[in-house]
Amino acid sequence: MEDTIAAVATAMAPSGIGIVRISGPEAVSVADRLYRSKREGKRLKDMKSHTIHYGWIVEQERVLDEVLVMLMRGPHSYTGEDTVEIDCHGGVLAVKRVLEAVIHAGARPAEPGEFTKRAFLNGRIDLSQAEAVMDVISAKNEYALQSSVSQLQGSVYRAVKEIREKLLYEIAFIESALDDPEHISLEGYPKKLLGIVRQEKEKIRRLLASADDGKMLREGIKTVILGKPNAGKSSLLNLLVGEERAIVTEIAGTTRDVLEEQISLGGISLRMLDTAGIRRTSDRVEQIGVERAKEHAKDADLILYVVDASAPLDENDAQIMELLKGRRTILLLNKSDLQTVITADELTARVDAPVLNISAREETGLEELETMIKDMFFQGEISFNDEVYITNIRQKTALEQALESLALVEDSIDMDMPEDFFSIDLMNAYERLGSIIGEAVGEDLVNEIFGKFCTGK
Amino acid sequence: MGMIVETYEIVVIGAGHAGCEAALAAARLGLETILFTVSVDSIAMMPCNPNIGGTSKGHLVREIDALGGEMGKNIDRTFIQSKMLNKSKGPAVHSLRAQADKKAYSNQMRKVLEHTDHLTIKQAEVAELIVEEGMLKGVKTVSGAVYTCRAAVLCTGVYLNARCIYGDVSMETGPNGLQAATHLTDSLRANGVEMMRFKTGTPARVDKRSIDFSKMEEQFGDERVVPFSFSTDPESVQIDQVSCWLTYTNERTHEIIRENLDRSPLYSGMIEGTGPRYCPSIEDKVVKFADKNRHQVFLEPEGLDTNEMYVGGMSSSLPEDVQEAMYHSVPGLEHAKIVRNAYAIEYDCINPRQLNATLEFKAIHGLFSGGQFNGSSGYEEAAAQGLVAGINAAQQVLGKELLVLDRSEAYIGVLIDDLVTKENREPYRMMTSRAEYRLLLRQDNADLRLRRYGYQAGLISEEEYQALLQKERQIEEEVRRVEHTYVGSSAQVNQVLEQYGSTPLSGGSSLAELIRRPELNYDSLADIDPKRPKLPDSVTEQVNINIKYDGYIRRQQKQVEQFKKMEKKKIPENLDYDQVQSLRIEAKQKLKEYRPMNIGQASRISGVSPADVSVLLVYLENFRGGTGEGK
Repeated sequence: MEDTIAAVATAMAPSGIGIVRISGPEAVSVADRLYRSKREGKRLKDMKSHTIHYGWIVEQERVLDEVLVMLMRGPHSYTGEDTVEIDCHGGVLAVKRVLEAVIHAGARPAEPGEFTKRAFLNGRIDLSQAEAVMDVISAKNEYALQSSVSQLQGSVYRAVKEIREKLLYEIAFIESALDDPEHISLEGYPKKLLGIVRQEKEKIRRLLASADDGKMLREGIKTVILGKPNAGKSSLLNLLVGEERAIVTEIAGTTRDVLEEQISLGGISLRMLDTAGIRRTSDRVEQIGVERAKEHAKDADLILYVVDASAPLDENDAQIMELLKGRRTILLLNKSDLQTVITADELTARVDAPVLNISAREETGLEELETMIKDMFFQGEISFNDEVYITNIRQKTALEQALESLALVEDSIDMDMPEDFFSIDLMNAYERLGSIIGEAVGEDLVNEIFGKFCTGK
Repeated sequence: MGMIVETYEIVVIGAGHAGCEAALAAARLGLETILFTVSVDSIAMMPCNPNIGGTSKGHLVREIDALGGEMGKNIDRTFIQSKMLNKSKGPAVHSLRAQADKKAYSNQMRKVLEHTDHLTIKQAEVAELIVEEGMLKGVKTVSGAVYTCRAAVLCTGVYLNARCIYGDVSMETGPNGLQAATHLTDSLRANGVEMMRFKTGTPARVDKRSIDFSKMEEQFGDERVVPFSFSTDPESVQIDQVSCWLTYTNERTHEIIRENLDRSPLYSGMIEGTGPRYCPSIEDKVVKFADKNRHQVFLEPEGLDTNEMYVGGMSSSLPEDVQEAMYHSVPGLEHAKIVRNAYAIEYDCINPRQLNATLEFKAIHGLFSGGQFNGSSGYEEAAAQGLVAGINAAQQVLGKELLVLDRSEAYIGVLIDDLVTKENREPYRMMTSRAEYRLLLRQDNADLRLRRYGYQAGLISEEEYQALLQKERQIEEEVRRVEHTYVGSSAQVNQVLEQYGSTPLSGGSSLAELIRRPELNYDSLADIDPKRPKLPDSVTEQVNINIKYDGYIRRQQKQVEQFKKMEKKKIPENLDYDQVQSLRIEAKQKLKEYRPMNIGQASRISGVSPADVSVLLVYLENFRGGTGEGK
């Protein structure tokens, strides 16, 4: 019997409607825990398959959204399992809240590509599609893997890492003592561990609070500004940020060569990344900056390519144009107030993208840029992967589970259980925290035991 | 007269702890078996520590016994001190350890081998494997004699191209000056086997008469000894025991070592093999744990008929004169006479990822291996693998299903799975922390977990099997009775509770609920449980544990269910990973290297991500024709 999974089934665009899909044996009962109809006592479990129900999603007396719920029992559903789809109307935020409520009600955040995988394994997708299914799974995972870590705030990443290190040390200590009881004593240790567990629990609670404030993940359309040095990238960023005065969060660059700002453009959230100017260079530090810029370009949702109109195109531009392949791009011909040597036509001949003339110094062309981005977004040309939201929820769930495991350790200590019981739940917490920062357990424990404690004959 | 050519069904190479179990298992299953050793006098020799068991290793011995192996019975007959370690901790980490009379242990095992039907012992060095088209056909000795067979088990221990080293002295011998085996490595390489070089070490032995025990702490055995074997009568092991002794190194010891580090073959680069981190030499400890100003040293008797004492905790490969000075700096050892020097030993072993979980070589049908040859360390780890390899070599010849224990069933399963799916860079030692389901894999329930497999293989008798079934029934019935027996808050009940410092009852409670209280257990409630049936201790022990740790046990059982799902999804042997387009390149490489037997094993290979596993699942569904079965 498989467990019940949930995720957002539509791309997270601000179109107003988003679908939360639940699939698995508990799908209907999970939905019933949250669904309220106008008619008192109406239960989805009593309803026929393939019916639509109007109502509200209510969690702890709080109405999260007005919804339409679609009920499809297996095997006649996309995944072949009992499936409930909740159509939310309250925008991106409501979709997120509903998904979180569904997770709290007993579903598990779906792994990337998991609906498709289940559909296939349940024989709902034609065998000839196997290749495509595998591609979806592997592509979605690739993205999730990149995004889950890269979107984590630096401070969150460090905090999780520190908590893990602390836990691992304690597990290794317990295990060393169990492995070599004649060398290492656990006399009085439970009391000490209780203090540590409480401390770490508090840290996780703080992280969870920050997740609720939306400060844990960087969300929004990943917009990367590319260009040669001195093309005017930084002034463009400053301008966008300054003019809007709508900095959501200011993120200190994790590197000195990529600066990141979160801005809101007419209601659309953008993660703006200002990168190092791309050029062939022998300077080591600059090389690293260029490499980072290229990395970011690879998974950008949108690239703003800033070109200095007063200087001729060269091999560095050719290099940048390589990076634009397959990425949604806007070409910005900057310094249009100066003597220009490049024309818009010259650029569009080489890159398939719209061109705008701007002048960062004269502050012209910015409105057009904003309009263009907004249009692209609302016409669905750019969107950001829905994996971002599910990643956020996966990470929150992992934090909650880690917290729960530590609470179990506390219980075990309170109940005077022998020490070997502590390490079981400590390890679970360690493992869950690892999933947030993309680290598996592997040989960590054995390495820590041998590295930190002198055991053995 | 021509060359000798003889025919057997099973050939076992090496008569250490792995080889003995392998040969016994095969012969007991009725197959004509020949056991080769470079020296008949060194059968089941213990060239390092004089004990069997210890944390997690005690579990292995219990499991070997449950499956029908010999090690547990053998130590029960030849131990001179016994201790249950970690008794104050949870039942999952209780571990038996017994000091052995080394000579007696070896002799007793030899006696058993010599009295086993279908088993031939032969002193000869096997130099060559005869392999035709990927099938093992026989072996050839140094003298050219040929022994054809249907399956062989390699248990060469530390003897392949063995080299013993201390200071600048290096000798091409096995342990205790025994002859090394110098030919087989070449033959293995010629058959495409990937070899590695590992290292281990042993401390000095000193003369008991030269030790001042008044400066040491005496370490006694347990008052009531628990046997290793489920078949041993507990009364038969209540013997007079000998003591071990505890002392410590000090700053002066460490100074001597530090001053002479440049003369250590480890630091001069003379030793190339990889040593185990969990069993560091004293020089390693001093360097790595520089902040510790003392290390424990255990003096353990090597037997009843010898004065030799093993200096546990001080293995070394420093030169002889430094060893003298270093040992003499330890309280009680000031005038110790060293009988045998400490030394390091290097040897050839295989990279075990070339094996299936059945311990058969993936590329050579009919060739199995076990023990240190597979990159493990320890007598118990060796015996466990030897037993499995021996059983499987025999099962294959008999055309029966091979034995694979998974990680949720046995430490043996964890051991073998780790060996064949993880990257091993040092001799592998068992540890309880390696067993993720250790609450279920206790030493006290090894029989309940594994006797059935031993019975199916044919190593456990009908009588022993019936006894197991009865034990299972008794446990089940008694657990049910205790869960459903209620006591009120009578004066008698509360008096008993107070006696154990437990809160008195104000209403009714089941006996099971009371057992779950930390300060109470099954035994302490005898007086308020008048209908309690008379049951053997081995049954009530299980009842107590099952009830007391019920919540934890159930949580692990749930995890095991998840785990089993993945283990059940088999991967066809001939799967061409290059055909699976969406797998990442790294995953493809690793999967091709390890060729896992099932999805669970694939997921444990480092470099294979959960996404790769999903992709593989989808691919396999397609491969099988997508009938939607086996979910």
